[in-house]
Amino acid sequence: MNTPALETRGLHKSFGALTVANAVEFRLDRGARHALIGPNGAGKTTFVNLVTGALRPSAGQICLDGADITHLPQAARVRRGLVRTFQITALFRRLTVLENVTLAVCEREGLGRELLRPAGRHRAAIEEAFALLEQLGLADEALRPVTALAYGRQRLLEIAIALGLLPKVLLLDEPAAGVPSGESGMIIDVIDSLPPDIALLIIEHDMDLVFRLAQRITVLVQGSVLVEGPPEAIAADARVRQVYLGERRST
Amino acid sequence: MTPSRAVDAFARRHRYSPLEALPWLAAFAAYFVFPDYLALSAQILATILFALSADLVLGYAGIVTLGHAAFFGTGAYTAGILAAHGWGEPITGLLAGALAAALLGFLSGLVVLRTTGLALLMQTLVVATMVTEAANKASFITGGDDGMQGMEVWPIFGRLRFDMFGHAGYFYCLTVVFLCWLLARHIVHSPFGRSLTGIRENVPRMHAIGAPVAQRRLTIYTISAALAGISGALIAQTTQFVSLSSLSLERSGTVLIMLIIGGVGRLYGAFIGVPLYMIAQDRFSAAEPVYWYFWIGLLMVFVVVFARGGVLGLFDRFRR
Repeated sequence: MNTPALETRGLHKSFGALTVANAVEFRLDRGARHALIGPNGAGKTTFVNLVTGALRPSAGQICLDGADITHLPQAARVRRGLVRTFQITALFRRLTVLENVTLAVCEREGLGRELLRPAGRHRAAIEEAFALLEQLGLADEALRPVTALAYGRQRLLEIAIALGLLPKVLLLDEPAAGVPSGESGMIIDVIDSLPPDIALLIIEHDMDLVFRLAQRITVLVQGSVLVEGPPEAIAADARVRQVYLGERRST
Repeated sequence: MTPSRAVDAFARRHRYSPLEALPWLAAFAAYFVFPDYLALSAQILATILFALSADLVLGYAGIVTLGHAAFFGTGAYTAGILAAHGWGEPITGLLAGALAAALLGFLSGLVVLRTTGLALLMQTLVVATMVTEAANKASFITGGDDGMQGMEVWPIFGRLRFDMFGHAGYFYCLTVVFLCWLLARHIVHSPFGRSLTGIRENVPRMHAIGAPVAQRRLTIYTISAALAGISGALIAQTTQFVSLSSLSLERSGTVLIMLIIGGVGRLYGAFIGVPLYMIAQDRFSAAEPVYWYFWIGLLMVFVVVFARGGVLGLFDRFRR
């Protein structure tokens, strides 16, 4: 099967005179390890917001697994397996780590509508959430409030919540943003060990992370795709060096 | 940590604790300890329900409102109009009050819940003002400024008469408020209730985990309106009088003050804040008929400065 996991055609978004996405043609293959890079203000997060439905595109089409999802609300896209994490950690700060993930599992299972049975009775959902925490090495902190977690571990919790939704396509918006360089290895390891059937799109500034994980890279500049290709080609591309990488990877 | 330990700890938080019996024991004891204050006690009970309904939207779903009296008053007028026009059966009166308030909550919620924060606050205020004016204009049925009189409430189950000492009325209120509390507690601890807390904590994240946020907010707004309507109907039936003040901004604001004194988002804040406020009001206004609001104001300042999180917040601090 050759249908891409995620595809955008002529995706366009402007706020008044400011164009933040300009005819973006993008294709994310099944099980891909794909990175989206670009200088500040290139429109990377806008692209994520368009794809997930937080923003409405001015024009163009978004397809998930071959089906047009351009006009679906955010929640419906999530139920189809299109899941994101946030660049700025967006957790339920006053809830426990376990409850953060359990909420996601409950929503996926459609339990969020249930009014009368106590949440604690849904043991399967809680156990599943706990298993995810174990998988990401967060089990010991399961019952602590999110605020008690070190920042790097909060980033892992972001990923745990996303995994609780059983994603088919996972958009990781700067998964290592704000994490001290000593701890970003932990996050790289976790991303590296994600199930191979999840198509990953990693939006990142951290070039070490990008070149360690990505098999393909798309470079976005001023809302348009500048170039797309395997990491070696991107690293060697003169235009990319000029607008983005500078001389950092010239060695 | 083993999975079963974590799951148990999770589940334990949703189980009933013996402490939760305290308000009900106190309410039961109040009947014997203060037999001369049954009318006030019944009002306190009904107002606890009103504050509880406000806590569901404000404390759990993070919906700010200055118009919750619209639902309280709608319930009161519905029960009142029924009783004044030949249908004084109390329990169906309560249900009618709940239904009318829920309908208003649902319809107004469809519009006002599209906004958040200050805009939402203003819109809830506008809805309440519109309902007040409508009730004022419809004086042929509501009595307008003079209030509605001539209610005739039948005995409960055809047996227990609402007597002038308020014995039946007190236990009627106690039972109804207890049942409504049971419902509210179930809701708060259900996955639905937890998802409301999620909405309060982080709306973008709730969207990102696929929760239909608008639908959830409308659902709890409607439920809360129904409970507020029951509360209003209770007071209408036990006092046999309804006035425009039941819809007023003052009532919407006061219930927030009571809730803040007790503690918002804790389900039990209402049980502490409402009696504290209403007893203080009763005492202050007897001692100082003109200036009693000053003392209430002073109490509020103390709560805001020294006891963020209300009285229950103070308890938490001492426990740590």
